[in-house]
Amino acid sequence: MTSAARAPIYALVGNPNCGKSTLFNALTGLKQKVGNYPGVTVEKKIGTSYSQHGQPITVIDLPGAYSLAARSPDEAVTRDVLLGRRADTPQPDRILCIVDATNLERNLYLVHQVLDLGRPVIVVLNMMDLATQSGLVIKAARLEQLLGIPVIPCEAVNGKGLIELRLAMSKFDPPLSRHAWNIPAAISSAVAELQASLVANGGKAPLIARAEALLLLTDQDSVRVAGSTPLDGRTEEILRTWQRRWESEGTDWAGTLVNSRYEVIGGLAAEVSEAAHSAAPTVSDRIDSVVTHPVWGWLVLGVVMTLLFVSIFSLAQAPMDWIGARTTDLANWTKQVMPAGDLRNLLTDGVIGGVGTIVTFLPQILILFFFIGLLESTGYMARAAFIMDRLMSRVGLNGKSFIPLLSSYACAIPGIMATRTIEDAKDRLVTILVAPLMSCSARLPVYLLMIAALLPGRGVSLATKVGIMVLMYALGTFGAFGFAWLFKRTLLKGKPPLMIMELPPYRLPRVRDVMLHMVERSGIFLKRAGTVILAISVVLWFLAAYPKAPAGATDTEQLAQSFAGRAGHAIEPLIKPIGFDWQIGIGLISSFAAREVFVSTMGVVFNAESNGEDTKTLQHALGAATWPDGRRLFTPLVCVTLMVFYVFAMQCMSTIAVVRRETNSWRWPLFQTAYMTGAAWIISFVVYQGGTALGF
Amino acid sequence: MAALVKLSDLPAGSSAVVRQFPKTGTASLRLREMGLLVGTPLKLIRLAPFGDPIEIKVRGYHLTLRKSEAADVIVEPQEP
Repeated sequence: MTSAARAPIYALVGNPNCGKSTLFNALTGLKQKVGNYPGVTVEKKIGTSYSQHGQPITVIDLPGAYSLAARSPDEAVTRDVLLGRRADTPQPDRILCIVDATNLERNLYLVHQVLDLGRPVIVVLNMMDLATQSGLVIKAARLEQLLGIPVIPCEAVNGKGLIELRLAMSKFDPPLSRHAWNIPAAISSAVAELQASLVANGGKAPLIARAEALLLLTDQDSVRVAGSTPLDGRTEEILRTWQRRWESEGTDWAGTLVNSRYEVIGGLAAEVSEAAHSAAPTVSDRIDSVVTHPVWGWLVLGVVMTLLFVSIFSLAQAPMDWIGARTTDLANWTKQVMPAGDLRNLLTDGVIGGVGTIVTFLPQILILFFFIGLLESTGYMARAAFIMDRLMSRVGLNGKSFIPLLSSYACAIPGIMATRTIEDAKDRLVTILVAPLMSCSARLPVYLLMIAALLPGRGVSLATKVGIMVLMYALGTFGAFGFAWLFKRTLLKGKPPLMIMELPPYRLPRVRDVMLHMVERSGIFLKRAGTVILAISVVLWFLAAYPKAPAGATDTEQLAQSFAGRAGHAIEPLIKPIGFDWQIGIGLISSFAAREVFVSTMGVVFNAESNGEDTKTLQHALGAATWPDGRRLFTPLVCVTLMVFYVFAMQCMSTIAVVRRETNSWRWPLFQTAYMTGAAWIISFVVYQGGTALGF
Repeated sequence: MAALVKLSDLPAGSSAVVRQFPKTGTASLRLREMGLLVGTPLKLIRLAPFGDPIEIKVRGYHLTLRKSEAADVIVEPQEP
């Protein structure tokens, strides 16, 4: 089969915030496959569109990029796919370049690089309506003339221009750009030499080789990603030789190239656009004067965040209860239809129970993803990063870590998945490592139970309870920032990352795109984390169910002599210094599934299973629990220590599964579990021993 | 001709033209790719609430960068 017989593959490229996702959704409908580029955590989106004759056309939505000289893993993937450096993705035959018409010059920079690739290109001038509103006149026909390729004005949000675009994409024989530009003389011989070497040693086609040669020269300490073919040795050598020579001569080779591109672009822009310069501030400017205001800015941030948390806790509660109830129903139904036995218990207690635990959190996760998507698509996310950057930089992070960390107060999973907006790999990793220290909602039941056990009776004021709660949240927050500071200084030391960020104009969010994004993200979580979670649930079930106690034993007796019970005994010497006995040990082990499981496990351990929210029986049982020598087990100090332990300990298999996915290795989730558990133990030790010494 | 100053020292609300750029450095290259070149006019819109980073308007869009990055960019302030 010749390449002409196969339907052409289109790649969609464009700057961030140019409306690329909206256009991709409009072109492909829901015919999308979302995955990951193997080896890197960059989202891979491939969709199917149809030509005017109904022929399927494959469209690859490449990550947003400002330049092909990559500064982030996202940009590196875009560059490598376009250059045919990735074995996992077909090299696109044709390229759709999306340009934000309100921001012509900077967007044309990427177009200019893409034109060098020697593939047929279609330029889509998106957001024409916004350009017109801001008094910009853009002559698309003139740009088409100058570049010699189709230039299609478009408004992706309301579907204008899509028919014309589809028509252009359906052409059997799209033109190559006639646009030519002169490579600056200072570097032209280097380009020629690199090009020849890439053809001879890398097996590249001449035009792609020229484009790659040009890129290599702007690519000062460029980002390399796993899964891409590295440069051949000979070419690498030529490149180094030239760079050394230019360095000694003081030639600004990379800058020369950027300058000459912008010279050409300046000429193009002057010819095709007329700006009616108005001094009047735009709507975006006016919003910004409030949102980034030294006083009002904080107020807005506070209101946005309060709204987020209020809606998570109020909107998520009903569906969470519903899912909880249905999980129980399903388990009960299974108990009725299946004969009693291990297989039934495996299904009801291991599989349904374990998966139910995770699915219960889904409403929360969905709402968080929705909000994060909303913040991203309106442009507020960039403002939050802008005003928070200074504070975050104190611990070596940048403003972009703020929203992921904040989301982690509700649940670390969406927070960790939202770190993909952080370009710098080390910053992103540090953010992932500390995110679970923010007290998430699964810790609440543990805190509540411990506060109740700590302060039994009705005489305790609400203020005291709230105060303890606030203290725990503060402890987690300080812990997160402290560890971030530590990691940035030791393990993940590096150059201070760039904080060069565009503040895109505010835009009304497209609910459809935000919803689609939310569903995609949650689907990824369920699919990828699901297997790990299922496996751990089954293991935890096995530990609690075996070996079997003699017939007639109660649940409490069964658990006490199970592997989990023995493990509780086994770790007692380890946890005794922090005031815990083997029974609490069982709770620690079983709540590895999810923190709130601690509460139900305590119910089984102390034979005080309670129904739903009411934990009075359990509180009573905890109050009566003693060490073998008759000392009270849950002294106020132990309750506090236990809370502190839960502030720091990892205790969440879903987070582990997500970190494994987001870092592409078991190394980081294991390290994270180890450091968090270690920190939990050490800090609990200090609290317990310190408290004991002080006579508490 | 006004004296040259660092972009990081430019007061909020003032306009300037880029005059000098460091030859090397990742930040320098990325800023140029974002359209901030010698001869490019810009306006410093505001500082973040804690005084860092800064927000500038260049080629019709808004860009933020840290003062540490802006300190390498030498600009010539323009009369309004």
